[in-house]
Amino acid sequence: MSGPSSYVPKLGIAKWLDARLPLPRLMYDSFVAYPVPRNLNYFWTFGGILMLMLVSQILTGVILAMHYTPHATLAFTSVEGIMRDVEYGWLMRYMHANGASMFFIAVYIHIFRGLYYGSYKAPREVLWILGVIIFLLMMATAFMGYVLPWGQMSFWGATVITNLFSAFPIVGETIVTFLWGGYSVDNPTLTRFFSLHFLLPFMIFGVVILHVWALHVTGQNNPTGVEVKAVAKDTIPFTPYATIKDAFALVLFFAFFAYFLFFIPNYLGHADNYIPANPAVTPAHIVPEWYFLPFYAILRAVPDKLGGVLLMFAAIAVLVVLPWLDTSKVRSMSYRPLARQCFWAFAVTCVMLGWLGSRPAEGIYVTLSQLFTALYFAYFLIALPLLGLFETPKKLPGSIAESVLGKMKGGSGAVVGAAAPAEPNTKG
Amino acid sequence: MAEAKSSPASEPTRRDMLFLATGAMGAAGVVALAVPFVRTLAPNAQTIAAGAPIEVDLTPIPEGQGIKLFWRGKLIFVRSRTKAEIEEAQKVNLASLPDPQADSARVKPGKENWLVIYGSCTHLGCIPGGSAAGEVRGDYNGWFCPCHGSHYDTSGRIRKGPAPANLPVPPYAFLSDTKIRIG
Ligand code: HEM
Ligand code: FES
Repeated sequence: MSGPSSYVPKLGIAKWLDARLPLPRLMYDSFVAYPVPRNLNYFWTFGGILMLMLVSQILTGVILAMHYTPHATLAFTSVEGIMRDVEYGWLMRYMHANGASMFFIAVYIHIFRGLYYGSYKAPREVLWILGVIIFLLMMATAFMGYVLPWGQMSFWGATVITNLFSAFPIVGETIVTFLWGGYSVDNPTLTRFFSLHFLLPFMIFGVVILHVWALHVTGQNNPTGVEVKAVAKDTIPFTPYATIKDAFALVLFFAFFAYFLFFIPNYLGHADNYIPANPAVTPAHIVPEWYFLPFYAILRAVPDKLGGVLLMFAAIAVLVVLPWLDTSKVRSMSYRPLARQCFWAFAVTCVMLGWLGSRPAEGIYVTLSQLFTALYFAYFLIALPLLGLFETPKKLPGSIAESVLGKMKGGSGAVVGAAAPAEPNTKG
Repeated sequence: MAEAKSSPASEPTRRDMLFLATGAMGAAGVVALAVPFVRTLAPNAQTIAAGAPIEVDLTPIPEGQGIKLFWRGKLIFVRSRTKAEIEEAQKVNLASLPDPQADSARVKPGKENWLVIYGSCTHLGCIPGGSAAGEVRGDYNGWFCPCHGSHYDTSGRIRKGPAPANLPVPPYAFLSDTKIRIG
């Protein structure tokens, strides 16, 4: 999407189209000739996996929507109808429900990849912020999707989460009434959530296009965090190198997905959601889906209602300003001995918060939640701003090529093969 | 614009005028349209109509127990309080409450044995247990919310836990000794 194009249409029709709508040129430059750093590891395959998960959610979702009835008295039965009466309906629903979980597994790996290798730093701030927006939209989509089957967890999850907004002074109650379209979570809530659940994935699709656009302007980061210096030496063309690597990782990921789908399709769900919604009885133990647990733990760590809500939103907002909180010029944690330890402590913190979010909010769990919430914020607000000033980073390799090939100045065969097609591009 | 710059006095041109007028008109139009779009999300006429007052017969409720019913889609608890429960609610030191309110302000005079309150936890809206005999009633003998551990007393006031406020009292009136109208 940037730099001079190396696309040369051969067929007459290709030339004709190129002069009118150069879509094949865009595709060629973005996914064939596009130069990628030669040292990318498998953590860089999750972007492609995420794209396919989005496509999978949209495909299964459109099919589900054909058989689903968005009405408080019919929704639960219609989902059971999908499971029992629609041919392969069970497969569509399990793909969609487990697909949401897989989507989040992939996005969390993708985000932690960015945190470890410093992909949020200049010049990739906009790329990073677009990613945070996608993450927010995904959370909104998944939350509203989970309400649609209208089981007990759907209903009470919706009640608890929409009530979060009542914490805001003065306008809170009005916001909640407008979210519900009534005086409690009820049919009007279900129908508007269905409409939005249908819409949001297409908005995600739009932001993904911007995300990829921004990526192709700055080029990809890489495990050393050193920018591409000489395209010919430091990069290889997307096709075939990245294409096959992405495809291989994708197949492994889908095998993992298939294991959940065919052997433990309800493992990540809650049994209570197979009980139809009952506004008079709250299940004894309400827990959100696993991917919301760390944020849920932060919410409950604060004894004050408004404080808890604000802190939970702050946990995501802090990601937006992260590019300006980290003061170090060195991107990759591989070259930052202290920051790297903090990173792993942060990763453990997130897992602990996730676990605590699934425990009842009492006794030692509350204290622990408070401790780990403090650690979560300390990583962004104390560790990263200060470490950049005090830490002595390890020596960085002179270039990507040097880090891969040693100091041989690119004498290996791979370079020859890579250099030619990537030649015309000046910048990744 | 280029013309405007080249003219020495740089007087506003007709295009500037059109730009301002069109902009103002467009902005007003967007604001005017935003209102109906947002208003569609409000409770509709049917939902509001479903909030008409309802009458409740109190005779079937045994002392010490309560019932649950829905009004405007919201759950309401009606509890027949025992003597001990009423005393417990009355003798509390108000200054010690998170949301201070006297028991007398939460019941009708002469009808202290009837407590009528909304049944959604003021924290995040779960339904506290304790209406029927045998359910966990919490540390203060009233209601206990299982979601995040809020304890309410025999007057439905918050005593312990994350909920910020007492369970509110809906508008209601006694029609006779054994009948109330909610709404
Ligand atoms: C970002 C992509 C998406 C995510 C993360 C997502 C997530 C979810 C989740 C978590 C559920 C609840 C599954 C369950 O427990 O049964 C659900 C249900 C549903 N979704 Fe989606 N969804 C996405 C895209 C879509 C799209 C594009 C459509 C329609 C075009 C759609 C239509 C539905 C329908 C009809 C249901 C209710 C049926 C059911 O519960 O299985 N979804 N979604
Ligand atoms: S909803 Fe009752 S304690 Fe949170």
